[in-house]
Amino acid sequence: MLKQITHSQVYVLDQDEALDFYVGKLGLEVNTDADLGFMRWLTVNVPGDPDHQLLLEKPGPPAHDEATAEQIRELVTKGAMGMAGILTVDDIQKTYKELLAKGVEFTEEPTERFYGTDCGLRDPFGNYLRIGEPKEGPIEVPDPAQLAENT
Amino acid sequence: MSSAVEESNRRLLRARDAMDRDYAKTLDVPTLARIAYVSEAHFIRTFRATFGETPHRYLQRRRVERAMFLLRETDSSVSEICLEVGFTSLGTFGRTFREIVGEAPTAYRERAADLRAVPACFAMAWTRPSSFGEAGRSGLG
Repeated sequence: MLKQITHSQVYVLDQDEALDFYVGKLGLEVNTDADLGFMRWLTVNVPGDPDHQLLLEKPGPPAHDEATAEQIRELVTKGAMGMAGILTVDDIQKTYKELLAKGVEFTEEPTERFYGTDCGLRDPFGNYLRIGEPKEGPIEVPDPAQLAENT
Repeated sequence: MSSAVEESNRRLLRARDAMDRDYAKTLDVPTLARIAYVSEAHFIRTFRATFGETPHRYLQRRRVERAMFLLRETDSSVSEICLEVGFTSLGTFGRTFREIVGEAPTAYRERAADLRAVPACFAMAWTRPSSFGEAGRSGLG
């Protein structure tokens, strides 16, 4: 029986710059920063939640030949590599203001939806993230008219 | 970031994000080119090379996607929806909608089904009408 998702991965173009963003700005903490020789194994997690780590992986040899790594970097920078993750906070308006002041690039300001209030942002490389404040209690899927008011 | 292509992609992505975010506003090429830090001619050319369509077309699809949503989920009139998603002329809206979706806004509304609730970003990406040759085959994305 599977138990839990412990790691997910995002491609970054520069691991030090990734640390500046994911740790320095977003406020995650370094879980593991190990030189394995063939790669730098660099993971971060939400403070207090080390059971889910995000691997900040740099494309390149030996996993990828240079041409492939270049294709990955191009896809990352055009925002085509999907979503790095969805994070939750207690007070999304407060977090939004703090991150905005730190120069984080938001694609969408906090917007109220039936499942809570959330916003969209990009890391320095083009990866997409969402941060939200989930609504408490059972979520009721609204009727279509209500849904339209806040999308 | 290293290569010129990566720098260019990242800046163009910033302009594309602006279209996703501010589709209802007047977004002209000079405004978008400024966001991408390039000349207007260069902006249109490189945007197309990077994302497969012109910025104008991308913005039209974003607006039509929003219109499809409002047609499905609200009782607003077609002319209200036209203005709400950033078109200024009902004629242009109707023509663009038909061209992209393959049928008129009213016909689409009659046929449309309820979209199940998923995080908004996915709903946005999945239901956006494609302009890569499939128009007319599917209206519901």
